[in-house]
Amino acid sequence: MTGRARTVTILLAFAWLAALVLAPFLVVAKISLAEVVIGRPPFTALLEWGEGAMPPALRVNWGNYALLFGDALYLEAYLGSLRLAAIATAVALAIAVPLAHAMTRAPARWRPALLVLAILPFWTSSLIRVYAWIGILGADGPLNRILQWLGIIDAPLAILNTDIGIVSGLVYSYLPFALLPVYASLVRIDPALGEAAADLGCRPLKSFFRITLPLALPGILAAGLLVFIPAVGEFVVPDLMGGSDTLMIGKTLWTEFFTNRDWPLASAATVLLVLLLVSPVVVLERRLFLRGEGRA
Amino acid sequence: MRRAGILPTLLLLAGFALLYLPIVALVVYSFNDGRLVSVWSGWSLRWYRALWDNRQMLDSAAVTLKAGFVSATLALVAGTLAAIVLARAGRFAGRSGFAGLVYLPLVMPEIVLGLSLLLLFVELDLDRGFATLVLGHAGFSAAFVAVVVHSRLVAVDRSIEEAAMDLGAPPLKTFLWITAPMIAPSMVAAWLLAFTLSLDDLVIASFVTGPGATTLPMRVYSQVRLGVTPEINAISTLFVAAVALVILTASLVNKGLIPGRSNGDSA
Repeated sequence: MTGRARTVTILLAFAWLAALVLAPFLVVAKISLAEVVIGRPPFTALLEWGEGAMPPALRVNWGNYALLFGDALYLEAYLGSLRLAAIATAVALAIAVPLAHAMTRAPARWRPALLVLAILPFWTSSLIRVYAWIGILGADGPLNRILQWLGIIDAPLAILNTDIGIVSGLVYSYLPFALLPVYASLVRIDPALGEAAADLGCRPLKSFFRITLPLALPGILAAGLLVFIPAVGEFVVPDLMGGSDTLMIGKTLWTEFFTNRDWPLASAATVLLVLLLVSPVVVLERRLFLRGEGRA
Repeated sequence: MRRAGILPTLLLLAGFALLYLPIVALVVYSFNDGRLVSVWSGWSLRWYRALWDNRQMLDSAAVTLKAGFVSATLALVAGTLAAIVLARAGRFAGRSGFAGLVYLPLVMPEIVLGLSLLLLFVELDLDRGFATLVLGHAGFSAAFVAVVVHSRLVAVDRSIEEAAMDLGAPPLKTFLWITAPMIAPSMVAAWLLAFTLSLDDLVIASFVTGPGATTLPMRVYSQVRLGVTPEINAISTLFVAAVALVILTASLVNKGLIPGRSNGDSA
């Protein structure tokens, strides 16, 4: 592709991205420096236009950021989100790695069908999946009744509205995101390596940890990020499955925006969240996300 | 020779049970006669009848389908353009920044996307409603379209396009007559992905939509907050059935829905 057509294509695509991806973030950054007022819109302008030919005065308010760092509630919400998302990522990987490994061990003609089965839940609504999981975990839900019937527990376990409820919801929601990259990296490993190890007397478990796992590490890291990043900002799971005392930043942001209507503070919290999430991606970007771009 | 061990089989069964049991339970209880979601009291279609009489739900379903259709089509055009730039435009100033903007919506939490889009619309003084809903959904699903179409574009033999242009075909004609037919399966898959993303979305829609354009997930969400009723199971079952139907049709149309397979990766 050369010449005018190339320029037009680049400009069109860039205009779209500038309008719907770049501009929104710039607006958020701008409003995070405003002050909250009662009115429409509920925040002050960054530039105050004077009378006549006077240059506009810049009104920057760093107070929202000061508030975020000084407020224990926000600090707790950020730390709580990072903690729960990290636990959920670890659990999701602990399920995804053995499951994906088992998928690569299945007969070759089954694998496409298994892959479709693994992706299908990803196509159904996340809200519906969370709702289904609420039904399973509830006090009179199937899980508690089976455990009681087996005599393992006497009274129903309180899982919903606790941190365990949130972690199970996050794991269930994002498991397909973990499964796919892990599977993709495991399936590329030459089975001859494992066979060679077995021929030399290496036990299967040891060869999994010494050979398979190190080779699949980039895929596992990518899977971890794909679960961790959206999980940190998740709103539906903590709102519907968490307790009233659990703080996650997605839920706090939602309340700040819709209930308290403090848009500048919510914007500042969003800017911090983006910085928090983008920094690990930028560090790992070259290695994980833009691989294969060199071909272009 | 590789042995098909008992452990991998058990792992597979347990893993897929974990993925599917909640959805199966949800579907089964939508046919429950009783008011309680957890106590079985016989088969019945009463919750589907209740749904049929629920005007609000039906209106929202119509809004959701329309928004999905329009936003997926917009996202297909924009995402394909971005994919062409990434796969065919070679080096240009700001290319890595461009790629970053393409993929950013993939890694940002929905709440960040929703809030920032809403503030943009407020800043531009756009009235919130169906149009902003469509723009918001198209904005984030275009990223997914770009990934799907890009993965196919890099696998297509460029020499065919070059031959067409050497023979004097203008760029647009080359795309429509040579490139588009070769990447058509991935474009269908990408459109369907964008469509389901739009149907499913709660968070972005809650921010960017306005009165008169309440989507189905928003209605379901506010009902779930009030308590669990079998009517939600019924509507969820219809949703799952619709998505399954779409996937089935798509996999009949093409096999490009599964990443890796379209690249001739048979490992």
